[in-house]
Amino acid sequence: MNAATAGYNFAYLDERTKRMIRRALLKAVAVPGCQVPFGSREMPLAYGWGTGGIQVTAAVIGAGDVLKVIDQGSDDTTNAVNIRRFFARVTGVRTTERTREATLIQTRHRIPEVPLTEQQVIVYQVPQPEPLYKLEPRRSAATRLHAWREYGVMNVKLYEDIARWGRIDSAYDHPVLVNGRYVMAPSPIPSFDNPKMHRMPALQLFGAGREKRLYAVPPYTDVKSLDFEDHPFKVEPQGHACALCGSTDTWLDEVLQDGGARMWTCSDTDFCRERREEKQP
Amino acid sequence: MTAPLEADEAEPLLRVHDLSHRFPSAAEEHWAVRGASLVLHPGEVVAIVGESGSGKSTLLNCVAGRIAPSAGQVQYRRADGRWVDVHALPERERRELSRTEWGFVEQHAAEGLRMNVSAGANVGERLMALGRRHYGELRATACEWMERVELDPMRVDDSPRAFSGGMRQRLQIARNLVTRPRLVLMDEPTTGLDVSVQAKLLDLIRLLVARLHLSALVVTHDLGVARLLAHRTLVMRQGRIVEQGLTDRVLEDPQHPYTQLLVSSVVAP
Ligand SMILES: Nc1ncnc2c1ncn2[C@@H]1O[C@H](COP(=O)(O)OP(=O)(O)OP(=O)(O)O)[C@@H](O)[C@H]1O
Ligand SMILES: [Mg+2]
Repeated sequence: MNAATAGYNFAYLDERTKRMIRRALLKAVAVPGCQVPFGSREMPLAYGWGTGGIQVTAAVIGAGDVLKVIDQGSDDTTNAVNIRRFFARVTGVRTTERTREATLIQTRHRIPEVPLTEQQVIVYQVPQPEPLYKLEPRRSAATRLHAWREYGVMNVKLYEDIARWGRIDSAYDHPVLVNGRYVMAPSPIPSFDNPKMHRMPALQLFGAGREKRLYAVPPYTDVKSLDFEDHPFKVEPQGHACALCGSTDTWLDEVLQDGGARMWTCSDTDFCRERREEKQP
Repeated sequence: MTAPLEADEAEPLLRVHDLSHRFPSAAEEHWAVRGASLVLHPGEVVAIVGESGSGKSTLLNCVAGRIAPSAGQVQYRRADGRWVDVHALPERERRELSRTEWGFVEQHAAEGLRMNVSAGANVGERLMALGRRHYGELRATACEWMERVELDPMRVDDSPRAFSGGMRQRLQIARNLVTRPRLVLMDEPTTGLDVSVQAKLLDLIRLLVARLHLSALVVTHDLGVARLLAHRTLVMRQGRIVEQGLTDRVLEDPQHPYTQLLVSSVVAP
């Protein structure tokens, strides 16, 4: 640690705070998909910049970890770079852009394309942890709906999507049923990523700083996207190939180039690089 | 009209025993409902009439389990035959009853409907809550029920915002009846609608109640509604039930001076 961070505890938070967050995380792991309140702390970043994810990462990171931070799949956006630097400075751990090398991955809005393993933990930054929020904005009422497993209203929304658009139309943050019990917001990842959560070998942790909630999906847990029997959840192909690696089975972003031309490329920049390297030895 | 009482139906569906309620904000001696008792049999429709502020809605909300009364009991005989004390039930069970075996039709349809989703989603909600997950079947059921309440099933995907007051009330009724409840509570279901719309809606309610063999408590300040729908009528004044009996008897031969006043103030039909 350098002079600028002298006086700070390992991973910025003090040990008591980290223990408090870990206790909440243990509860969250014990009851998959259930939102657990925690005493969210002020972080040297504004809400909306992943303070929930950062606190979870700070609570679980160890000196031997290798950290990767992505924002919309990319390692080099301002947000990802800042968070990575922050942890490098306050923990001294090694950081990487390579998914396969990382032991701990903090993410906003994506799950890496490379299948994660038992050796890895993924931490999601969550803006709105309550999947019922749009239907039941009162927090206490929503909590009761979870407790009583009253999820009919969730399907009302999906029914409405089909009635209106002919299909279930949540491109992002499509609600899932975890372990057959709790309905959970997968943070705004594209629906394309939802199937990756199902029986994932890695531990999945979710932190919402402003809302002071965290939740978890332990390894190999069932995660089912909500749907109807006659309108099963399915990932809609985007109908493009990556302009850089040619991939058609990854999530693509549309980027506007100088001059106004449009181009589709892999949102997971590390995966795209790997594909390109494979092709030209 | 007399209640069609068959032998096995001699046992009531609902018993309200000595129910009183005072709102916490109300003055010491101001009881919204005081010592109300009533019995409702299967297939029976009972009207609760009385002037504004007499406690009709409060009594109905206590029966519905929405307001916990200060004193007294509401007992309900469930479909499985078991009597339950509505206010002693855990909230989860009470809510389950209220969206399966009971229905509640609000005076203002906007309070009983989800105004931001389609008519079909409104009718399908209770079924989805019961675990039905087949879109095509849900939508078909919604269309069927729209037809039963004389709404055009072509409008199944329309928002209730595009519906008139009478149509919204029909939709609210369909949304409640779709799970075939045994007990339906209605608070001024026709108030505020045009007279001709009211008449048609009352006809529909009468038809459905008879066809589905529902039991109903209907709050109204309109004696005409009681006359048309109810086998029996209760008259409330200042929180108390001052008179109850067969509707024809209460309206033709009122015993209590207040009822006499009420009846004489209405132009005979
Ligand atoms: N939420 C409340 N808080 C306090 N007092 C209330 C509340 N609701 C009703 N009251 C009072 O309780 C009494 C009975 O009201 P209630 O609404 O049951 O009458 P009502 O017979 O339904 O009248 P209306 O015909 O106007 O609907 C009135 O004095 C009313 O002012
Ligand atoms: Mg009222």
